Amino acid sequence: MGATTGAQVIVDTLVAEGIDTVFGYPGGTVIDLFDALYDATDKIRVIEPTHEQHGCHAADGYARATGKTGVVIATSGPGATNLVTGIATAYLDSVPLVAITGNVSNKMIGTDAFQELDITGVTLPITKHNYFVRDASRLQEVLREAFELANTGRRGPVLVDVPADVQKAVVEEGPLTPAPIPSPLRAPEAELMAAAEAINRARRPFVYFGGGALASGASQEIVDLASKIGAPMGCSLMGISAIPTDTPGFLGMEGMHGHYASTKAMYESDCLIALGARFNDRSTGDRTKYAPNGKVVHVDVDSSEFSKSLEDLVEVRSDVRTFLRDVEQYVEPNTHEDWQRHVRELRAQERGYADYREGLTPKNVMEAINAVRPQDVPVVTDVGQHQMWAAQFLRFTKPRTFVTSGGLGTMGFGMGAANGVALATGGPSILVTGDGSFEMDMAEMVTAADNQIPVVIVLLNNGVLGMVRQMQSLFKRQRYAMTTLRHRGLDFCKVAEGMGAQATRVSTPEELTQALEDALLAQRDEKTAGPRLIEVPIGEDEFVTPVLQIGASMDELIVNMDDVRSRMGR
Amino acid sequence: MTSYNIAIMVRNEYGVLNRVTSMFRRRQFNITSLTVSETETEQLSRITVQYEGEERSKRQLVAQLAKLPDVISWKEFDPEDSISCELLLIKMANNEATRSQVLDAAEAFRAKIVDYTRDSIVFRIAGGSRRIDNFIDLMRDFEILEVCRTGVVSLERGPSVMRNVASV
Repeated sequence: MGATTGAQVIVDTLVAEGIDTVFGYPGGTVIDLFDALYDATDKIRVIEPTHEQHGCHAADGYARATGKTGVVIATSGPGATNLVTGIATAYLDSVPLVAITGNVSNKMIGTDAFQELDITGVTLPITKHNYFVRDASRLQEVLREAFELANTGRRGPVLVDVPADVQKAVVEEGPLTPAPIPSPLRAPEAELMAAAEAINRARRPFVYFGGGALASGASQEIVDLASKIGAPMGCSLMGISAIPTDTPGFLGMEGMHGHYASTKAMYESDCLIALGARFNDRSTGDRTKYAPNGKVVHVDVDSSEFSKSLEDLVEVRSDVRTFLRDVEQYVEPNTHEDWQRHVRELRAQERGYADYREGLTPKNVMEAINAVRPQDVPVVTDVGQHQMWAAQFLRFTKPRTFVTSGGLGTMGFGMGAANGVALATGGPSILVTGDGSFEMDMAEMVTAADNQIPVVIVLLNNGVLGMVRQMQSLFKRQRYAMTTLRHRGLDFCKVAEGMGAQATRVSTPEELTQALEDALLAQRDEKTAGPRLIEVPIGEDEFVTPVLQIGASMDELIVNMDDVRSRMGR
Repeated sequence: MTSYNIAIMVRNEYGVLNRVTSMFRRRQFNITSLTVSETETEQLSRITVQYEGEERSKRQLVAQLAKLPDVISWKEFDPEDSISCELLLIKMANNEATRSQVLDAAEAFRAKIVDYTRDSIVFRIAGGSRRIDNFIDLMRDFEILEVCRTGVVSLERGPSVMRNVASV
């Protein structure tokens, strides 16, 4: 309260919003803001990344692991543009994020001044909303609105661009109260009844959940509904960790690289109950042949999702958890024994397709992590084959313990995000990454070492960009254009050591298990906590299976390597 | 394909038109007419959009509009229950050979002469889009120098007003 500077208003608002950590990189137009943060280090920890993009992914990881809003700060011009990929990543996965950028002073705006950039124009299509604060007297109100928008309804990033003179200006500060949290969106009775009617009439119901299940905190409610109506469950990539992996009736991820039984059961279902999932093309395959056998009940907080991907839906505009509680009284218990028996057959088939090789296969790497990882230690991934293997084989029991870039598929997401996740939870995080992705973000080991952030890095090194190579194998007659990285001769362990991380290379599953145990143990002691790299060599022709050709429909799934070979004719 | 007429009340903020049109561009909505004007209150601006497309894509357009925080309310107008018009200025060549035909046509449409020189005549006409299309079409038989039209503005018939209306 009282007269203070614009920069101080920003800091006070962050404190009022309960933000304990921000990720920020200084520069000419945020010098006042960093000066104000310098006096607030007892309340707000400032983590300085090596690059603004990683800082943005760290703020994103912080948000995904906790549900709180992540905050990133960057200077004008290149600082602001470096946030763009990070903001877009958060936008596509509906992650609450507030990005604060500096800009040149008002009187210089529009003159192409040094490091001037129209970042509100640039980020228009990748933010829920953005603000250019011309008038210092509106700064506090704008920041409050930004935090409210970021973390209500369908979550997402909001950017606030604050010219340097607004940070310096003396303003009257109003009462500091956090942005209000509106009650969750609730569907009208008619929509609930329509949903219940479709569910009650179903003979082969299937519960399918996505990121909205995590955002609304609907773990128990999902399992309760599915068991009441006798429906198997599956999820999208973004829904992983919302319910425990070993929940009876849970078939895992569906989609292009989904679990066989989950993808098949979803295809055969006559009533798909979609909870906070948006039917991305990687989930549906050919949309004209998607869910061909019946109704789709689509529950989402964002009604623009209804008319986007699929037609003929039972639309329910609601928060997922609220819907599940509201609809419970209208749905009739059922067991659907024939359908359940069929689902068990699908699972038996799936076991027949599994990979039982020994050695450092992708599956065995993930199983080693499963064996060692305490259940509250989150796993972060980067993007590519390793991400799909993690999604397929890792087991979870707690929500928000799987953090991955789904919608945008951002290579270079992982290391920054793993730092953010570890700082948010106050414990270690495990990053599962690949050599291609890690080349993009390994500089963040410097940030981890500098701040003793306990990140255990499991680097699957196959010397190639495996996901693209796999597509080249299947669809481009093994012409491996620009996907071989091995000849670069990069020594990841030496780089890690040069950046202040511990590093080790393993060559057997036993060594991997030992290295994981050692790395996690080291994180318990303040003196030895920090980034630890475990490099795991894997074969360059390991495929992610199942695999769906782009544009194919869900019943054309290629189930395993034998299936791949027979289709490739070798 | 159906033509839809949607009125949108937005916060009268810097850049708000850009936000709305940026969304139309990004989502590939084909807008046939768009007008923006001040309103009875300085806090709000009014945008009138004509959209041609399928019912489903119109629903998507409205749902995407509703997500913009600057959008306060919107309403889809039924042609039966609303009044729509636009304004046209058209500059014709003033040729001796065709002058009388041009003036006859203009009179038939009750277009007003607002500028007259040795070489040109400017007509002004207000009315429904069809009427204006027809007038321009007729003028194509002669030498059109320039055309400028405003796009559609619409109000609902009767006492109901847009402010505080959040439909759909």
